[in-house]
Amino acid sequence: MQTGLMHEMGVRALRLGIPMAVQLDITYRCNERCVHCYLDHDDHGEMTTSEIEGLLDQMADAGVFFLTISGGEILLRKDFFHILEYARKKSFCVKLKTNALLIGEKEAERIRSLAVESVQVSIYSHRPEVHDAITKVPGSLERSINAIRFLQEHGLHVIIANVLMVQNFGDYPGVRALAAELGVQCTIDPTITPMMDGNRAILNMGIDRKSLAEVFQDTALVAEMPELCGVPLTPDEEVLDSTPCSAGHTACYVSPYGDVYPCVQFPYPTGNVRKEKFLDIWNYSPQMNEVRSITIRDLTNCSVCVHGGSCTRCPGLAFMEGNMRGPSTADCEKSFARTGIPSENLKRKMSSSPSLVQICV
Amino acid sequence: MTGKRYVARDTHVASRLMGGEMMIMSTRDSTLFTLNGVASVIWEAADGKTPLDEIVTEQICKEYDVAPEQAMMDAETLVEQLAGHGIMIVSDQQIAPRENSEVHPK
Repeated sequence: MQTGLMHEMGVRALRLGIPMAVQLDITYRCNERCVHCYLDHDDHGEMTTSEIEGLLDQMADAGVFFLTISGGEILLRKDFFHILEYARKKSFCVKLKTNALLIGEKEAERIRSLAVESVQVSIYSHRPEVHDAITKVPGSLERSINAIRFLQEHGLHVIIANVLMVQNFGDYPGVRALAAELGVQCTIDPTITPMMDGNRAILNMGIDRKSLAEVFQDTALVAEMPELCGVPLTPDEEVLDSTPCSAGHTACYVSPYGDVYPCVQFPYPTGNVRKEKFLDIWNYSPQMNEVRSITIRDLTNCSVCVHGGSCTRCPGLAFMEGNMRGPSTADCEKSFARTGIPSENLKRKMSSSPSLVQICV
Repeated sequence: MTGKRYVARDTHVASRLMGGEMMIMSTRDSTLFTLNGVASVIWEAADGKTPLDEIVTEQICKEYDVAPEQAMMDAETLVEQLAGHGIMIVSDQQIAPRENSEVHPK
């Protein structure tokens, strides 16, 4: 029933053209240096406190309900609690993403008093030598776990986010056990995102095809195995006329510099709130409307792919691959790992990869 | 019910008017609620200072074609239900503003 109401809310927001969910990164500065991070951590001119207040006013007027405050490390901003308090006064449903290094008992209590919906904390491994090597901060696992305890003791909904990569792949059962011991939720994500400037070198840290299949075939993780991993249905007319995801439809992303994108993972500039009103960008930006105009039917490869109706294709990853109407190979790999059936894109890549080198003499 | 009753939105909620209906989420347990247009008027007016009967007569009865007695009964039922879900406070005294509650949700 809860899912039904949430779905209904999403459908209504889509029909009314309301940006129901926004992720606002308030800084890219960070006190960790995670090896897989897609951000540049320098400050290139973050929005001021009053600029963020003005933006929150505009977003409330535009109908934004879910507000994810993320970064960078959000607590590095000295006005973090002021921003959070302001957002709550505007009655947003606030979710926080943090590494929690700066959260002690006092901060946890303050976050609780401001009625935050959830706090997501990144944990890469249950072993300090692995987690700390990824964050490049000695002692970071212990500090993050202590913070999770404080948050949990204050009754907050805490979610451990475990990004899988080559460095920590074998540790996700340990992270899940740690989450269970702490009494908090755990999510696992095998997606590594290219740098926002387009640099794709960090994708080498992504787990390989065999490991990906292991994750999708792990019965401890996947409840609906036959449904998730079964042979997909060929997309029908209804699927072909549907939209790829919520990016630009009911959700968007705002950077610390006021740049508005369809999603944090979709760095297609659509406007800047320092120059235009948030709602004007949302409603009238040609780029936002271009993203909005795309249906599954418009997608090259994917519209004729058997996975077209069930794939988790990320239009942002496709955009970073060179074409927002094209496939996202990372998601093709996930579909292949789930079902054992290659996508149209993977078939094309396989057929165009020469297995022999012809030598002419 | 003879005395004045006052209502205030609980601080552990998020809310937003969407297409004439109020979407409310309890941040205690992430339960989602929706209120129809009439109930949304009461929700928005629940500032802890305005008596419920005044909200009904000044905002509901002037805006909707409903008998005052019926409107008052329905309003009483609604606020009790919302209080039962932990998202509204009902009191026979004015309710002081608390953290998060100063700004009127849109």
